[in-house]
Amino acid sequence: MNVTRGFTGRPRAHRPGLPPGQYDAGDDWPVLSAEVTPDLAPADWTFRVDGLVAAPRTWDWDEAHALPRSAYEGDIHCVTSWSKFGVRFGGVSLDAFLDAVRPDTSATHAVAYAHTGYTTNLPLSDLTGGRAWIAWEYDGRPLAAEHGGPARLLVPHLYFWKSAKWIAGLRLLDHDEPGFWEQNGYHGRGNPWEEQRYAGD
Amino acid sequence: MTETFTPSTRFAVPGRIAVSNRAAALWQTATLTEIRPETPRAATFRFAVPAWAGHLPGQHLMLRLTADDGYTAQRHYSIASAPDDDGHLELTLDHVSGGEVSGWFHTRAQPGDEVQVRGPLSGFFAWPGDRPALLIGAGSGVVPLMSMVRHHRARGLDVPLRLLVSARGPEELIYAREYGAETLPVFTRSAPEGVPVGRLAAHHLAPLLAEGPTGGWEAYVCGSNAFAEHASRLLVRAGQPVDRIRIERFG
Repeated sequence: MNVTRGFTGRPRAHRPGLPPGQYDAGDDWPVLSAEVTPDLAPADWTFRVDGLVAAPRTWDWDEAHALPRSAYEGDIHCVTSWSKFGVRFGGVSLDAFLDAVRPDTSATHAVAYAHTGYTTNLPLSDLTGGRAWIAWEYDGRPLAAEHGGPARLLVPHLYFWKSAKWIAGLRLLDHDEPGFWEQNGYHGRGNPWEEQRYAGD
Repeated sequence: MTETFTPSTRFAVPGRIAVSNRAAALWQTATLTEIRPETPRAATFRFAVPAWAGHLPGQHLMLRLTADDGYTAQRHYSIASAPDDDGHLELTLDHVSGGEVSGWFHTRAQPGDEVQVRGPLSGFFAWPGDRPALLIGAGSGVVPLMSMVRHHRARGLDVPLRLLVSARGPEELIYAREYGAETLPVFTRSAPEGVPVGRLAAHHLAPLLAEGPTGGWEAYVCGSNAFAEHASRLLVRAGQPVDRIRIERFG
């Protein structure tokens, strides 16, 4: 252990739910997108699922909102080391979209892509089983543009760069295909509990 | 329904450079060799990192402090220094109120202290010195941009480079003594006699974009989220292509 002389850290109690290397951001919700925040109205937002599926489909805002509502209440974790506890998102479970397109059995991974062109890759198993959402509400209000509004992907059990803002679609693949940050040196999966921050972790 | 998706904007998806995964995954010991005050709230910390793989201007690293009970705190910091062949690098840190890591640096750190670093990280905000660069920063957001300015000077590059840097007042302008003809400071609260006070505005950008170099600018914006939103919107309105704007937000 490489102890830093004179460093004690801020006063702390063990915080259950805080992954290693993370700190509690409290009320802050830092914004870390690398691109210009797009002007994207709900009327212009669409979400498509295609690739290795039986019935590729695009939903518009009203069609997506007609699906059964689903909420996430819990924590989120950013690779830059902040975590945010007890956040509340509203939207629709990704299962509802995936069920409609009927993924092929050969589909193992997905690339999520944004209306800005941002991409991130995920194993399909991280997107199913009630662990991922398309979210358009935060704390009961419309999701702010700088946080990915009108709608973003939400995969809260992975580092938050996987939760693509301004989500435009998912393409299902039979192989893994690194996205934007993954091509820039970040880890392929990004599990906060395993500290999968950078390639090689 | 569309068969193939075309992004409504054209975000600069490719990174500027390929990054070394091996270097990014490895923690190294960095020994503090020098502390230089920059402003009343910011100081530059110079480190010896003998096995540092080198970096490009604009890249950042992750820094880790460890308490004697094993508790660790880690933060991302932009690298301030130009690439250096002798195994040194510099960070310029604001003293954040209540800051756990910056607080240690500003109140306890002294030459000889050791911390852990890994990197360099991310090829997205990096600038190899190839394309004309329009740099826009506020506060300590100027840090990675200064690495680019220093690189430009150290290598004697003739590719065009301009820096717009916003600070509340002259006393808070980081690296004030180092700026030359490439830099236009913008003061938002107080300014020297005869210099206007005001926020970064369209009239600062218009002449630079109007006289843009062949092939146009690669724009690099760094600062708080509020500043990054403001500056990037000004750039878009002034005609800078969205896929030629790279943003690093402090969060």
